[in-house]
Amino acid sequence: MLNIKNNVKTGGRGFKGILFFLIGIILALIYIFPIYILGSSSFKTQKGLFENPLSLPNKLNFTLNNYKSAFSRLNYFQSFLNSLYITIISVVLIVLISAMAAWALVRYKTKISKIIFLTFAISMLIPFQCTMLPLLKVARYVNLLNPQGLIFMYVGYGVSLSVVIIHGFIKNIPEEIEEAAIVDGCNVFQLFFMIVLPLLKIILITVAIINIMWIWNDFLLPSLIINNKPQWRTLPLMTFSFFGSYSRRWDLATAALFMCILPVILFYMWSQKYIISGITDGSIK
Amino acid sequence: MRKNKIVFWFFIAPAIVSFLLIVVIPAVIGFFYSFTDWNGLSANSNFVGLNNFTQIFVDKRYIHSLYFTTAVAFVSIILINSVAILLALLVTQKFKGSNFLRGLFFMPNLIGGLLLGFAWRFVFTKIFEALAKITGLGFLNAWLTSTTTGFWGIIIVNVWQMSGYMMLIYIAQLQQIPSSVKEAAKIDGAGAFQTFRNITFPLIMPAFTIGVFLSIANSFKMFDQNIALTDGAPYHSTEMLALNIYSTAFSSGQLGLAQAKSVIFLIIVATVGVTQLIITKRKEVEM
Repeated sequence: MLNIKNNVKTGGRGFKGILFFLIGIILALIYIFPIYILGSSSFKTQKGLFENPLSLPNKLNFTLNNYKSAFSRLNYFQSFLNSLYITIISVVLIVLISAMAAWALVRYKTKISKIIFLTFAISMLIPFQCTMLPLLKVARYVNLLNPQGLIFMYVGYGVSLSVVIIHGFIKNIPEEIEEAAIVDGCNVFQLFFMIVLPLLKIILITVAIINIMWIWNDFLLPSLIINNKPQWRTLPLMTFSFFGSYSRRWDLATAALFMCILPVILFYMWSQKYIISGITDGSIK
Repeated sequence: MRKNKIVFWFFIAPAIVSFLLIVVIPAVIGFFYSFTDWNGLSANSNFVGLNNFTQIFVDKRYIHSLYFTTAVAFVSIILINSVAILLALLVTQKFKGSNFLRGLFFMPNLIGGLLLGFAWRFVFTKIFEALAKITGLGFLNAWLTSTTTGFWGIIIVNVWQMSGYMMLIYIAQLQQIPSSVKEAAKIDGAGAFQTFRNITFPLIMPAFTIGVFLSIANSFKMFDQNIALTDGAPYHSTEMLALNIYSTAFSSGQLGLAQAKSVIFLIIVATVGVTQLIITKRKEVEM
């Protein structure tokens, strides 16, 4: 009797495993479908895309010309480097500045620290639209409508969330380690850069990734700040203006989109473990 | 030596200065401009009292965008969170490929809203049309040309993009549930659905609160997906709040009015955010 029951149980589990696997595959196909269809369309001629939008490219309609054409019209190489430059400098500054501020706010337990921290936290509620127009006006006066100005703005918008996240992490690090370092003769800069920063490594990676994804994909702010400097346009800006001129040419547009999405997917494959664990651990605290 | 004020301000100054110059001061200036007829062209703008605010309430296009945005937020809450819970329940089962799926479902979240919007515009217009031809399903025709298809288009993109993120939040919460609780339910004879309704769901309620408010906040702030997918077409009927403010400023040149609209926008977003904080805090006490 017991034996039979056990058999049924393991049989059920095996069946369940297969069932979940199948459901998973179906859902995965639904999730991946838009990316897949974008990729497959981007290798078809305009005529081929019109006649067979759903099938994979075949001998008759396969082409690489879409990529050639999109590559030059997006000015891909330059735009990619612009995006990379602006993202990297902004993120390095945000991470460093936020770590410094968060550490000082945790370790100097004064009323002022509390007020500053609360201001950072509350300010995250302010939608971008509230500050966008005055910021644009001021930036024009003080000559900040350029990449340097844009980077400065990313730092200003980025510090509040980053400080709050790092603050939460530092609170859980015992201060004794730092006190021991001071007894050993560390000055405050050695203490911060050689003792504290290495302890923050995990959270700094998470903060960096959050900011990278935001800044790399951001469209509205650069469209206001550097759109008048064509040599500085980032990938989202080029994509937007590309669609203004070629909205009916889906053969070119799919190639352009796929080229812009690909770096994000590659970056994700490389950083997936930090992203997933960072968000999962951080979400319920 | 370590606890002196100069060191404190040295460490905190870069963050404070950039934050003040980029966020606080423009926000304060913006608040004052919401009471003026600022148009961006003339050097002086005049104080007009509450004119902009009274104008908002008779601005049919704004009222419609408020209604449309609320509808998107409401439907998104339901769909995003149901899909996310199902995905979380699925990938926390032990089977081959569950970790891979976790990564895959999250991926759309990392692609920028602008690219996503354009990519889905291709799927909705070209691919849906081709699918309609093959399957004969009429409702797949002419997507994004009407308010209804534009609405569902925005919803689908929103669900596709956000559900993977919410899934991670639910996973975090599911992992907190001790397996002994579920085993006890099983011994007591509870079925899979009963276990979910009476055990799992109440225990993931804190994540549900976060999920609901994140869906509202994201739907209310949505801009990139909106401009890339429908750009408000047809006739501004799929225009959401952020896009409405944008075109008030840059198409109509009514910067003072746009600023007043953004103050209303802030009040809505802040109310949602503060309510979330209060509810989450209360939940924490109960747990």
